[in-house]
Amino acid sequence: MNRREALFSLGSMAAAGSLGSAAAAAELKGFPAQTAMSADHLPVPAKTGGGFRVLTGETEQKTVKAVFDRLIPADANGPSASEAGCLEFLDDQLAGEYGAGKALYLEGPLKPENEEAIMGAPQFLTSPRERYEAGLKALEAYAQENDGAAFHALSPDRIDEILAGLEAGEIDLGEGVNGQAFFELMLQNVREGYLADPLYGGNRGMAGWKMIGFPGARYDYRPYVDRRGEDLALAPVSLIPLD
Amino acid sequence: MANERPKADVVIVGLGWAGSVMAEELTRAGLNVVAIERGAWRDTSTDFPPAVDPDELRWHTRRHMLQPMSVETTTFRNRTGQEAAPVRNWNAFQFGWNVGGAGTHWAGMSWRFLPWDFQVATQTAERYGQDRLDGLTDEGLMLQDWGVTYEEMAPFYDRFERIAGTSGKAGNLNGEKIKGGNVFEGPRDRDYPTPELKDTNWMRMYRETAEGMGYNPFTIPAGNISQAYVNPLGVTMGPCTYCGFCDFHGCGNFSKSSPQACILPALMRRPNFTVLTETEVLHAVKHEDGKTVTGVNYVTRDGQEGFQPADVVVFTAYQMDNVRLMLLSQIGEQYDPATMKGTIGRNYSYQTCSSVTAFFPGAKMNPFIGGGALGVQIDDFNGDNFDHSDLDFIGGAGIMGYSTNGRPIANMNGIRPGTKRWGSEWKEAYARDYQEAANIFCQGTSMPTRDAYLSLDPTYRDRHGQPLLRLTFDWNRNDKSMIAHATEKAIAIMKEAGGEDLMVDNQAEASWNPYKQHSSHTIGGLVMGADPSTSALNLYLQSWDCHNVFSVGASAFPNNGGYNPTLTVGALAVRAARAIHETYVNNPGPLVEA
Amino acid sequence: MAKWIKIAGGAVVLAAIGAGGWAWTSLNTSRSGVADDSVALADFTSDDAEAVARGEYVMRMGDCAACHTRGQGDFAGGYEIPTPFGTLVSSNITPDRDTGIGGMTERDFFDALRQGIGQHGFLYPAMPYTAYAKLTDGDMHDLWAYMSTVAPVSNDIDENGGMAFPYNIRLAMAGWDMLFFSNSGFEPEAGESEAWNRGKYIVDGGGHCSACHSPRNALGAEVAAAYLEGGSLGDWSAPDLTQNPHVGLGGSTAEDIAAYLRKGSDGVAVAAGPMAEAVEHSLQYLTEEDALAVGTYLVSLPASDTPAPEGADVASLPHAALDYEVNCSACHGLSGEGITGMVPAFAGNKGLLGDPTNLIHAMLKGARAPHTHEVQTAAGMPSFAWKLSDERIAELLDYVRNSWGNAAAAVPASSVAEMRASLDAREPMANPAQ
Repeated sequence: MNRREALFSLGSMAAAGSLGSAAAAAELKGFPAQTAMSADHLPVPAKTGGGFRVLTGETEQKTVKAVFDRLIPADANGPSASEAGCLEFLDDQLAGEYGAGKALYLEGPLKPENEEAIMGAPQFLTSPRERYEAGLKALEAYAQENDGAAFHALSPDRIDEILAGLEAGEIDLGEGVNGQAFFELMLQNVREGYLADPLYGGNRGMAGWKMIGFPGARYDYRPYVDRRGEDLALAPVSLIPLD
Repeated sequence: MANERPKADVVIVGLGWAGSVMAEELTRAGLNVVAIERGAWRDTSTDFPPAVDPDELRWHTRRHMLQPMSVETTTFRNRTGQEAAPVRNWNAFQFGWNVGGAGTHWAGMSWRFLPWDFQVATQTAERYGQDRLDGLTDEGLMLQDWGVTYEEMAPFYDRFERIAGTSGKAGNLNGEKIKGGNVFEGPRDRDYPTPELKDTNWMRMYRETAEGMGYNPFTIPAGNISQAYVNPLGVTMGPCTYCGFCDFHGCGNFSKSSPQACILPALMRRPNFTVLTETEVLHAVKHEDGKTVTGVNYVTRDGQEGFQPADVVVFTAYQMDNVRLMLLSQIGEQYDPATMKGTIGRNYSYQTCSSVTAFFPGAKMNPFIGGGALGVQIDDFNGDNFDHSDLDFIGGAGIMGYSTNGRPIANMNGIRPGTKRWGSEWKEAYARDYQEAANIFCQGTSMPTRDAYLSLDPTYRDRHGQPLLRLTFDWNRNDKSMIAHATEKAIAIMKEAGGEDLMVDNQAEASWNPYKQHSSHTIGGLVMGADPSTSALNLYLQSWDCHNVFSVGASAFPNNGGYNPTLTVGALAVRAARAIHETYVNNPGPLVEA
Repeated sequence: MAKWIKIAGGAVVLAAIGAGGWAWTSLNTSRSGVADDSVALADFTSDDAEAVARGEYVMRMGDCAACHTRGQGDFAGGYEIPTPFGTLVSSNITPDRDTGIGGMTERDFFDALRQGIGQHGFLYPAMPYTAYAKLTDGDMHDLWAYMSTVAPVSNDIDENGGMAFPYNIRLAMAGWDMLFFSNSGFEPEAGESEAWNRGKYIVDGGGHCSACHSPRNALGAEVAAAYLEGGSLGDWSAPDLTQNPHVGLGGSTAEDIAAYLRKGSDGVAVAAGPMAEAVEHSLQYLTEEDALAVGTYLVSLPASDTPAPEGADVASLPHAALDYEVNCSACHGLSGEGITGMVPAFAGNKGLLGDPTNLIHAMLKGARAPHTHEVQTAAGMPSFAWKLSDERIAELLDYVRNSWGNAAAAVPASSVAEMRASLDAREPMANPAQ
């Protein structure tokens, strides 16, 4: 230790006293003394009780449910997407920063064709909220035009057929909506809802975690690491206690 | 300038690993240091304790701790002549956005590069002949030595390992090869600070298989440390708990090497150290003499601009930002692939990778038991550890069987090939394959070419109106051959281990793009070297063009080894810091005559 | 020994109430006669560098900065101290003539520190002059020399503006002094070792340990009968420092205690809360010899009468074992072993088995270990108020206080609820899946 280190203690005391909870401030001297969780790193549970905030239309709710429950149907391996809360999950996600595309670079110029060519796939040029709005409308329009019925009224087999067509890029949902990209977005989100912590509104009863045997929000596997190859049968745990 | 701060001896731009190591060295030597960090203050118990850390959606899927693209992104194209497109969504690049930088949420693989990696040009010519080197050059490869050797770097590697508490087992102690360690590593003076981590089920299978095939498996040296440890700064770390929430997550129990766990507790309390958080440096300000800078201009979160004067400016930001800051500061000359003149932006390389996934019927891999750097590797086909005489490439790849995580969203496509990704078919498959899947990853070298480079984008701008950085890059023929070779070896190991239904993803088979990469390792653009016509920085990471500007990062690597870059970044930071406080500040000027 | 203290303590109170002669004793300032009364601090300079260095050591031991340095300059005061009688603000003790103590002579300084008689009248006993009274003349001279080297800071402070009537009348403290204050100096025990006497001098004098570690009566005076048997600081508690084998230092060696004082940990316990501040700002500066002397003295204290706790049954707790594995074991260890010097162990950590206040506080608001020159980490304990209910926190505390050989009384959930309210800790989040 050099002399400057040895002499600093008085200065650091002053700093500790003045900093308090000033973690977000611009200039830091000394080690921030706060012990409370930073507000922006606390979990943000899905808001419940107030109904849907983004998927407010009856038709779009039914369309999402029809799609999600074909992407993840109820069967011997667990409940359906809607039973597991994936619609509530999606609505909450779309209502927040994710839905607003807060992290995305959405500056222009927007050059969809060039960008798709360069990146090898269609690019996000609008927020997920806007993509759902447009995509669900387009799906409903597609069903009305091709089947003469509401999308959610179609048979499971027909919905599967449409989803497979979207996945393969064989169905055109019209101007402004890339059907394949919208399929990928819905598939991503529904499985997120099924497999994310229940605090986000989906994975009810930790059904998704039970399906695969994931023990959830645990943090210490030292007692188990040497038990190689065993069925550990660990009960899953949510980040926020459920019982 | 509206707000001019008191002058500092040194201003450090970006307080990640490189910045923290640099600041620790310089403040201990008595210099007055101000670090400027774009992100917020983050600490273990207040920002990512065990009670909030195991949350995949937030930290991994939504990447809550990383810098969003809306703050700054890059543009990309495969070749000149194309119009680059902005990278709008989360992608391979993992810009840190907090005090601690990407060092807070990295995986922890803690490699020394091979002696060969530092001398690719010389050693290729020596072992395979000048003609071989000339042939590669004619083909477009831009091979050059680093100007420092492994032997010169070894003490700095050692220092960084001691600070980081790296776990592992030596394979080459002063030339003595030790079975169970990496017998191909360069000689080290002493063993790792902490012993190697334990094997998971898959690691044990991989190790036994590789050993049976005559290879030399070893536990990957890790920044997930195996037992409590006190580093030379007096900072204590805890033991890794194999929690499986490592890369993209902070570490809740002080067991992952990071600026938070290893340096900041000591550094932050020094009275000659200050951090400006949530403050972004726009560029350095050149002195009218053109040979130095006077400090940096910055803008705070609230939009207030300011000037931080300093005798020395050190760029220790993310690799991309180091290059961008030099260009925005108009220090040095932009590299031009047409003329091959200019040094800023040249020698860009990546990490050439492939993966082999397979399934083991009835197995319980328990993939949730994991660690960011938890794995077993063979280096028998890395670097120049094998004879390339009859091969059409140089370089190689580390081939690892790893157990980094069992995060359910991240692995939801880890199902047998040909299975639908939705419906009952997916559920049935994932319910089974979550436990039966195992992965081998080939992490290969990457050689720069004449055509791969970084420059400022003519069209797209960031939130402050400054041009984004533009990347022009695609895989080269040499690296494609290299990774095809390594992938064959990985497939053979996987089959020997008993894996079925192999899924091979050789990323170099398609054109590079930032959404498809397994690796985030973006390298070069501001490289060190002995020749000012082919390097931006001299052997002490000092700008050839402005002698009071230094820059440390993977941006300084003239080529990429078949390893993760962090340990080499840390070692270079120690080396540069010592050059600054032992030599430069006493007699400011070029440390190497151009 | 314990009995002697009790008898002596009782006698003090009786004598104070019964005898008018006590007033003369407690307010008599003739001890200060050894100090100069002609030169003010602002005009005084010392050319004795060794005295200044020794004085700095006395300042560290007395931890003057803890209260007098709070963000407005070194020793410039401004620290608000909430008391049951109102809020006190620590004074500016820099040599500034107008707002500090620059106008004081050495004798005034002695009167203030050892007699509680300051330049504006009687001091409040939040200033531990009751302990500093034990400081030797030599240490006082050195401290004076040191204070003369402190940079003057102009910072005007209204020290008792926040005190309620009648406590804002300083003269009232004269009555308090008559009841509770003895201004006698330190008297070594002839039959004890030099180290023991040095330890007692530090504990009772500059270190003012009993200010926290002894209980206080309704008027804020230490209860001599329960000397160092533990005290309450409101939302923190200071544990029993006697040799009590259940909740005290029984089994600790002088070396363990010395390590704790200098590094904030003896390898099992880790300081937190106000004790972390004491270690960080004061105790880590003790020489090894002085720290061992404190240990030597403390291990000689006879055990308090606090009985062995009954213990609580943890096998039937519905959540605790899994909650511990999920939330605690990564740092505190699978067997409650902690991380040496950094994270407290639970196994064998007796300081956690008595009053649960500190544990509840740490669970609700988090805590930090001290930063010392030797042990740099100062690891943080995260707060769990947002995550765990009163019942689950109580359960977890029962679990750690009754596992790995520990035994302690059950913590009522109502205690957690009360502290949650008094600390203004947040309520737990609801899981939408509930």
